[in-house]
Amino acid sequence: MADMTTPLKRVRGLGSARSGTDHFWQQRLTALANVPLIIFFVILVISLAGESYEVVHDRLASPWVAIFLILTIISITHHMRLGMQIVIEDYVHGEPQRILLLVANIFFALIVASASIFAVLKISFGG
Amino acid sequence: MVELTLPKNSKVSSGKVWDKPQGAKSLREFRIYRWNPDDGRTPRIDTYYVDTEDCGPMILDGLIWIKNKIDPTLSFRRSCREGICGSCAMNINGINHLACTSGMDEVTGPVTLYPLPHMPVVKDLIPDLTNFYAQLRSVEPWLKTVSPTPQREWRQSHEDRVKLDGLYECILCACCQTSCPSYWWNSDRYLGPAVLLQAYRWINDSRDEGTGERLDDLEDPFRLYRCHTIMNCANACPKGLNPAKAIAEIKKLMVERQI
Repeated sequence: MADMTTPLKRVRGLGSARSGTDHFWQQRLTALANVPLIIFFVILVISLAGESYEVVHDRLASPWVAIFLILTIISITHHMRLGMQIVIEDYVHGEPQRILLLVANIFFALIVASASIFAVLKISFGG
Repeated sequence: MVELTLPKNSKVSSGKVWDKPQGAKSLREFRIYRWNPDDGRTPRIDTYYVDTEDCGPMILDGLIWIKNKIDPTLSFRRSCREGICGSCAMNINGINHLACTSGMDEVTGPVTLYPLPHMPVVKDLIPDLTNFYAQLRSVEPWLKTVSPTPQREWRQSHEDRVKLDGLYECILCACCQTSCPSYWWNSDRYLGPAVLLQAYRWINDSRDEGTGERLDDLEDPFRLYRCHTIMNCANACPKGLNPAKAIAEIKKLMVERQI
């Protein structure tokens, strides 16, 4: 069947979603937060290289280190989810595949974040 | 998914090598994309030799020389031949530019010409810009006001007029639009650099009273936020404009009205 819709009708589509700014803003905020948090994380890992299990456990269990680790996990996984969403929207054009991947992306980020935070809390609270 | 290879009927084959002009002392080789919707063949690259002593210095001069002297079937758009109309935008040795303001001496090796990338082709070097024009129409690129129309013109201070520099000069040639990978993948929903620059030209106009509605219409993950600051647009613009900066300014306004 010939497509008789006008070019303007196709361009206007379903109209503006009136969203996207939150995504844009949060991606930049988490990018900014990631800079000090990842520097902290790398320094922490280097400082623990070669240390015994007890030393590593005690260091990770200390409140400030645990809080920073949880913040790092939240910031990184949130940033990861936002970034991956952009990649999927850019390159996956089939409607069912795109929705499936967008949902999988959210679940994957949540699972990674939950498991990582649980590990930190377990160490902190005597695991 | 994104198509990383051309469909079978779009694969480019080697085409005809046209005879060198008789008695010419200085020749320039042109390799030109040819496709005719009526002959049922796949696209090909034809090779022509231009007598540069009998021809003007610009690439458009070469194209006109070929059409007049060798092959009248070669199709391309052209009009003003001085970088104002934007008709002769094409891909010249890998970069989108205007054929009329590109000198043959500015490119090395054979002059290789393709239509603007990732657009449907009407014939040879002529892209179908229907979608681009509809996108431009969708941002309503004209003055929108609510206040009663003044007896004389809508007034603007010199300082406010200066804010339109770098925006009003756009000639809508689509060089930037078709150089943007994000536009290649999502041209059905992403408005693209040229259209967003035009949108910002009116958002930034002190006389326009539709700023909020214009921002509302652009606030969309695809219409605006497909721009990933790749900057091909700024590299391609034959007028030296920076559409990426205009898009960044729109994004700043989007954040500003929320925080």
